[in-house]
Amino acid sequence: MLKTFSKGGVHPAANKLSADKAIEILPLPKTVTIPISQHIGAPAKLLVKKGDKVKVGQKIAESGGFVSANIHSSVSGTVSKIDKIFDASGYKKPCVIINVEGDEWEENIDKSKDLKKDISLSAEEILKKVSEAGIVGLGGATFPSHVKLSIPKGKKAEVLILNGVECEPYLTADHRLMLEKTDEILVGIKILMKALNVDKAFIGIENNKPDAINRFNKFVENYDGIQVVPLKMKYPQGGEKQLIKAVAKREVPSGALPIDVGAVVHNVGTAFAVYEAIQKNKPLFERVVTVTGKSVKNPLNLLVRVGTPTINLIEAAGGIPENTGKIVSGGPMMGKALVNTDVPITKGSSGVLLFEEKESKRQDVQNCIRCGKCVSVCPMGLEPYLLMNMVESKMWEELEKNNVLDCIECGSCMFTCPSQRPLLDYIRLGKSTVTKIKRSRKK
Amino acid sequence: MNKLITISQSPHVEGDFTVKKIMYSVLIALVPALAVSIYYFGFDAVRVILIAVAASVFFEYIIQKFLIKGKTTVTDGSAIITGVLLAFNVPSNLPIWMIILGALIAIGVGKMTFGGLGKNPFNPALVGRVFLLISFPVDMTTWPSNRFALAINPDAVTGATPLAILKEGVKNGEKVTDLLSQIPPYLDMFFGNVGGSLGEISAFALIIGLLYMLMKKVISWHIPLTMLGTIFVFSEILHFANPERFADPVFHLLTGGVMLGAIFMATDMVTSPMSKKGMIIFGVGIGVLTIIIRNFGAYPEGVSFAILIMNMFVPLINKYCKPKLFGEKV
Repeated sequence: MLKTFSKGGVHPAANKLSADKAIEILPLPKTVTIPISQHIGAPAKLLVKKGDKVKVGQKIAESGGFVSANIHSSVSGTVSKIDKIFDASGYKKPCVIINVEGDEWEENIDKSKDLKKDISLSAEEILKKVSEAGIVGLGGATFPSHVKLSIPKGKKAEVLILNGVECEPYLTADHRLMLEKTDEILVGIKILMKALNVDKAFIGIENNKPDAINRFNKFVENYDGIQVVPLKMKYPQGGEKQLIKAVAKREVPSGALPIDVGAVVHNVGTAFAVYEAIQKNKPLFERVVTVTGKSVKNPLNLLVRVGTPTINLIEAAGGIPENTGKIVSGGPMMGKALVNTDVPITKGSSGVLLFEEKESKRQDVQNCIRCGKCVSVCPMGLEPYLLMNMVESKMWEELEKNNVLDCIECGSCMFTCPSQRPLLDYIRLGKSTVTKIKRSRKK
Repeated sequence: MNKLITISQSPHVEGDFTVKKIMYSVLIALVPALAVSIYYFGFDAVRVILIAVAASVFFEYIIQKFLIKGKTTVTDGSAIITGVLLAFNVPSNLPIWMIILGALIAIGVGKMTFGGLGKNPFNPALVGRVFLLISFPVDMTTWPSNRFALAINPDAVTGATPLAILKEGVKNGEKVTDLLSQIPPYLDMFFGNVGGSLGEISAFALIIGLLYMLMKKVISWHIPLTMLGTIFVFSEILHFANPERFADPVFHLLTGGVMLGAIFMATDMVTSPMSKKGMIIFGVGIGVLTIIIRNFGAYPEGVSFAILIMNMFVPLINKYCKPKLFGEKV
């Protein structure tokens, strides 16, 4: 029996159209727009001004606190403007706009493709360098990685879990990375293990990627303490708490963090970024992005510099199909609809997904028929229908008691609702209001 | 490209599970029982079903259009289900005007008063049935013999159901063991060769419907299985204690509306609990109440009342039967 998480979950159609397309390098754009807030936490503080010359890998914004991350230039050229530009969130955020001139990298970055296996740095040095390289969780949540590697006093990491699940339909960026950079990821995992001082690491991969499972199974023989865990396909297995449950059979309590049960989870893409940062001195300024959609001419996986406009990726995939109705950054379950095609690629962009017009609009909302499907698919054991009713009635205290803040916004409830009710829209409103109320209570 | 694109929150995809699909799956699941009722009751069954369905759909449409003045949703199929289930719960010789009145009460009082599909606390078809049962007890409990029984004995136009025979007999102080000789063999009852309401006669046909709905994931096993299981266990206990006073569990499972109730009435999503734990309590409650009413109450049959009573408890069950929170200590 393959492992999986036990509570809830749904099975959206996988649609992995680009799974057999090797990663291609996207040509440099003319300008890049680099937001100084590409992560969860405080925005970074600007280090450059208009007219400054920058190189590839040069730090252009500095971490704005412990939970924050450095931002590096992804191109060489001149800063033409500091402006507020729409990012994937749909809001205008401060961005550094750079005119691309050539491709001149910082001297200390090792551009060679050679695999470097020996880890010479100590745990503290690794932590420092990960933080310096501006690495954030590349699965989509963009939580600064150095925070996850800094184990709070009194806690101990026992197991490292690598997220190679990629349970979002359509996306294949992690899948391709696992096939093409297997050794690099494994070295990255060894680095993370050293930083965390753990001797066990598990790579969770869903069984719809048998090639990745086989490849890792073959390669892990050369690396001590790393084990591949094939998982039964189910969304949202890539959710941090769900993955810990599936791989290690541990449940992170409500309101607690993975480290409270001795687990640390990192995405395989993050492990690759860690490898490049530690072994190659390369900060995080590019990533693999899947460009896909049912009508897209040539769905593919691209290695893209941060700050590249989304349209450049779409052009590389054959342009915008005539019948496009919605463009999403990320996967179909948790991705964000973009307001225009100039929105820049950031560290958290895992995919660009083009929906056909007929898939774009929501269906008419009908009465709740109390079928209870939302309750049975909720991976967190919540009652989405009830939470929605409570938000409609502004019952904020009741919402808090019913654990609205535990919601991971996976969208399973809304996906499954036969009446197409906007459950998650309301729950998000509930979450943000309850968070505000809790914060004002502390003051 | 210069055109407007849609902006909306995630998720951007929807499952293929819709209200319409649920309702039409239930209708398909009702087909075997429908076929059996037509087989045994002939044109009378067709007449009752057509009138009940037409009246239910008509009343829903009229009320939505002219009283609520909202969007009409008759195409979702739920009114058709109410009509079929109402027809399944009445004798095949019920006068036309009573069927129409039953449909009006089912849809008008049982469903639309509360705001339509999804808002009603009680199963609409059962509201209609119980209304008819209380208002016209004679018409509602005069069961026509089926076509084959008539062919053998043309004088036996109507006959008592096994439950009525047992109830009457026990009241007169007869032994259950003797009374059982007056009712058809269990195998006949299983396949539907027995008197009763239209749709309840064949356990076999209803179970096919159950399997179909389970396969389509329209319902889960929790309510039907716990309800039938409870009826089996509870009646076995009574039967074991006093076999001369109480019938055996198989008798209870095969007679009256137990199968129809467990498979199609108690599982109505709108009026049953949300969580699996709640569904189990609900099913057990209906089972216990059914056997209590059948063995100790005034009516020979207790399924409808048991379901309606447990419908009342659903909000309470929902309040106290929360799903287990992820990460909660056991």
